[in-house]
Amino acid sequence: MTYRLAPIDTSTFAAERAAAAAGRGVDGGDFTVIGSVVQRSDARGHVTGRTEFFEDVLPPRLAHLKMHRSARHHARILDVDLTEALAVPGVLRILTHADIPNNLYTPLKLIGVGPDDEPILAVDKVRYLGEPICAVVAETEAAALEGAARIRVAYEDLPPVFDVEEALKEGAPLVNEYHGQNHFIYEGHHCRRIRFGDVAEAFARADHVFEWRYQSAPIEQAPAETTGCVVVPQADGRLRIHSDTQACFFTLDNTALILNTPFNKLRIVGGTVGGGFGGKVDVVVEPVACVAAMAADRPVRFVYDRAEEMQVSSPRAAERIYIKDAVMDDGRIIGRKATLYVDAGAYARHSPYGTTKAAAHLPGPYAIPNVWADCHCVFTNRTPSSAMRGFGVTIADFALESQMDRIARALDLDPLRLRLLNAYRDGDLKAHRKVAEGTALVEVIQKAAELAGHELPEAYRRMSSTTREGL
Amino acid sequence: MPSQIVSLVVNGERREFIAAPGVTLLASLRESLGLTAAKRGCAQGACGTCTVLVDGRPEVACLVAVETVAGRSVRTLEGVAAGGELDEVQNAFVDCFATQCGFCTAGMIMVAEALLDRDPDPSEADVVEAISGNVCRCTGYRPIVIAILEAARRRRGAVSR
Amino acid sequence: MAKLRGRGYASVNYPTGMNLGGDPSQALIHATTTGTFVISLSSVDLGQGIKTIAAQCAAETLGLPIENVLVDTADTDTGPHCMGTFASRGTHRVGNAVIMAAAEARGVMLEVAAEELEVDAADLETDGTGFIRLKGAQEKAIHITDLALAAHFKHGRTISGRGIYLKEPSAPVPETGEMDPDSCQAHACTAAVVEVDDETGVVEVLELYNAYEIGRALNPAMATQQVEGGAWMGVSHALFETTEPYYPSRDHGPHDFAGYLMPGPADIPVQHSLFLERPAGNGPYGAKGIGEMTANAPIPAIANAIFDACGVRLESMPFTPERVLRGLDALRDT
Repeated sequence: MTYRLAPIDTSTFAAERAAAAAGRGVDGGDFTVIGSVVQRSDARGHVTGRTEFFEDVLPPRLAHLKMHRSARHHARILDVDLTEALAVPGVLRILTHADIPNNLYTPLKLIGVGPDDEPILAVDKVRYLGEPICAVVAETEAAALEGAARIRVAYEDLPPVFDVEEALKEGAPLVNEYHGQNHFIYEGHHCRRIRFGDVAEAFARADHVFEWRYQSAPIEQAPAETTGCVVVPQADGRLRIHSDTQACFFTLDNTALILNTPFNKLRIVGGTVGGGFGGKVDVVVEPVACVAAMAADRPVRFVYDRAEEMQVSSPRAAERIYIKDAVMDDGRIIGRKATLYVDAGAYARHSPYGTTKAAAHLPGPYAIPNVWADCHCVFTNRTPSSAMRGFGVTIADFALESQMDRIARALDLDPLRLRLLNAYRDGDLKAHRKVAEGTALVEVIQKAAELAGHELPEAYRRMSSTTREGL
Repeated sequence: MPSQIVSLVVNGERREFIAAPGVTLLASLRESLGLTAAKRGCAQGACGTCTVLVDGRPEVACLVAVETVAGRSVRTLEGVAAGGELDEVQNAFVDCFATQCGFCTAGMIMVAEALLDRDPDPSEADVVEAISGNVCRCTGYRPIVIAILEAARRRRGAVSR
Repeated sequence: MAKLRGRGYASVNYPTGMNLGGDPSQALIHATTTGTFVISLSSVDLGQGIKTIAAQCAAETLGLPIENVLVDTADTDTGPHCMGTFASRGTHRVGNAVIMAAAEARGVMLEVAAEELEVDAADLETDGTGFIRLKGAQEKAIHITDLALAAHFKHGRTISGRGIYLKEPSAPVPETGEMDPDSCQAHACTAAVVEVDDETGVVEVLELYNAYEIGRALNPAMATQQVEGGAWMGVSHALFETTEPYYPSRDHGPHDFAGYLMPGPADIPVQHSLFLERPAGNGPYGAKGIGEMTANAPIPAIANAIFDACGVRLESMPFTPERVLRGLDALRDT
């Protein structure tokens, strides 16, 4: 055996493991394949170089698309001059917003989230540095780049806003007119709210009140393979799109809406992707590449270069989080108030969803009887943020678990005992009013303590997610 | 400058093709010769996914103008599995679960081939140094290091047998 | 000037499935005439391994060897709908859809076998070798290849099945946030050991002790890949990564891997990991989604370990040498 396995602890939850296996394996017997080490079906392709990624599709007469992007954070577009660019040898077409059938969109309209707030190609304004303005289609990548570099755009600068709390102040520059204010509106509320119990009463009653602030900066998904697609017009008039999207039908449906074309005119071929981490759920290359392929009537490739992937593709949002806790002398947290700002950048993309997911995650995996949270999805003049591994949760966990450590230190308590004391257990009502089941926070804490050689007293070692023992 | 005919020995076979001035070795392999195992991860020479061997030395093919290596010997991942049989490095990558998305794999294997050609018994530090120009976003590197050490062990075993 | 060692902890949970539900995935399965089962999906493998996991779920449910299963994904002309690979949903949603499809196909398989063997379908069993047998009568058996041929050419039956998994959408109550956001929750706890150089501000993560509760490890080697690679990303986020190092200023953003830093193979901590399994009632063979969770606990564990090492509380990510040094300076000033 040359692979390594993280061992499975079979003693914890042994009865539940057995009960779940009973009758689930073949004819109620043992599993034959589940729980076994099966070699990855894609490994041989990977080690021989035979795995086909979208960019390995090289149809004849392939044309290339490169974007001319905004050089300003926030500006009115006064003029776009294509003269020099069109004169570059090999340039076939230059697309502007007028070439896109439905230029205004938002990806979550598929699940009923509005309004449309983002142009495929900028119309009269740019709202972040790097926003696409014109798409140059050319015989070669070099000609497309040269054409894109020779487009001249005249701007009238507008004041930008970059800080989430500045953006929410009266008189801040308006980032996105389609929203009308610098935040997303949740069913008439200025943010996604959690209201559970009575935090004011908890703070009044608490032995200690702790409040701290946390901040993150945007993080790039940085998949080894950048975002892109190859669009190939078909004999029957349809378009075959080879894409590294993380969600084939989501991309297909959004693209069809943008192209104003029947859904069945498009076909996505994908499923083999060089890493995603959330960076490939936006629909940013396929629509314009499809328009280009139809306009040029030949296959078109649009793939981000690494600099675009780093600065233009949507990152994990920066978040600012304030947490205020009401804590008793023995370490029990009786109230938690969280104010969270998600920096969505200039457009909503998936951020309204991510902000709600953050709200659902609060107050972390702890049974806190009084919780108040305001989670704001804020627009600023930066690259739109979107999904990344741990969407809505990763940065909240940084804040929540730093907070737990600080409380433990302030009260001179063992940090793991503080967590065990407050850990949620089966039957607890969460702040979003769902009853917790299948919990295992107590057990992972106990096992990590064992692994790391952190001694816990007997009473804490005997605690369980399924009982109230020791509370 | 006009395009020119460039000749390379690729995986032991002499190949000729027309190259525009400044076109990269990576683009030539992928688009002129149809050898797509080497990947374009950054086109900046900073991720190693396009690594191939030029006269046995690992090079990032995205930074090499193909005319500068005319006439030389180039080895790509397609040339590693002789007759369809995986070699020790490839087998070790499979067995050690050293691949996830697979996009960095070609570059990692070519770097490993060059290392093991040069030093059949590398230390862990040698392996780490050899792959330090190659970016992997999935694995955390540890399985790749282990796979290369395992490949070296197997290759030495094969030689001694 | 010294290297200061510290230890920090963090414990987290993570939801499986698209927040609030409403994210179906489908699977279709059919047998070829020679007894290979083809699963048709439109699901995306980003490297996490859904192609392999889908095959394992089908093989287990069918009671056949995994060599008899092929996965065909992702072509929107031939694969049924999948919402996508995100939100730690792939294994849970697609796994459940595949199990449902394979169970239907298994039902047909046993019906046809019953006709072939002239027995009752309820008395048949599979053992994972490729044979369908009469329970208690080992010689009364038919191989799936012969059975599939007979189904097609003799009985006029398709051995096929359809599967879908949908958690119905839940809308939050706007006033209170009452909602049903997830299908289940996975759990993790990390202890991080770091060393802080108080002269350079450089933080090195030496060890990570991780306990993960993941429902069920469908493929323990691939689960190990997920947690090990995920914890690496957590270390990377904690110490290095951002596209805007002086946020909220937009200046000095990296454009390449020379400027966008991540730990290389020489910078990785020793990882000690352990799985716990508390099967989820709604998970495929009990599995929960783990792809995202694994990066989360290391970040605060490292922040807390840095404090433990040198008394600097870092409230902003990433924990760069500059931030550590500014923190140390502030401690000296007070």
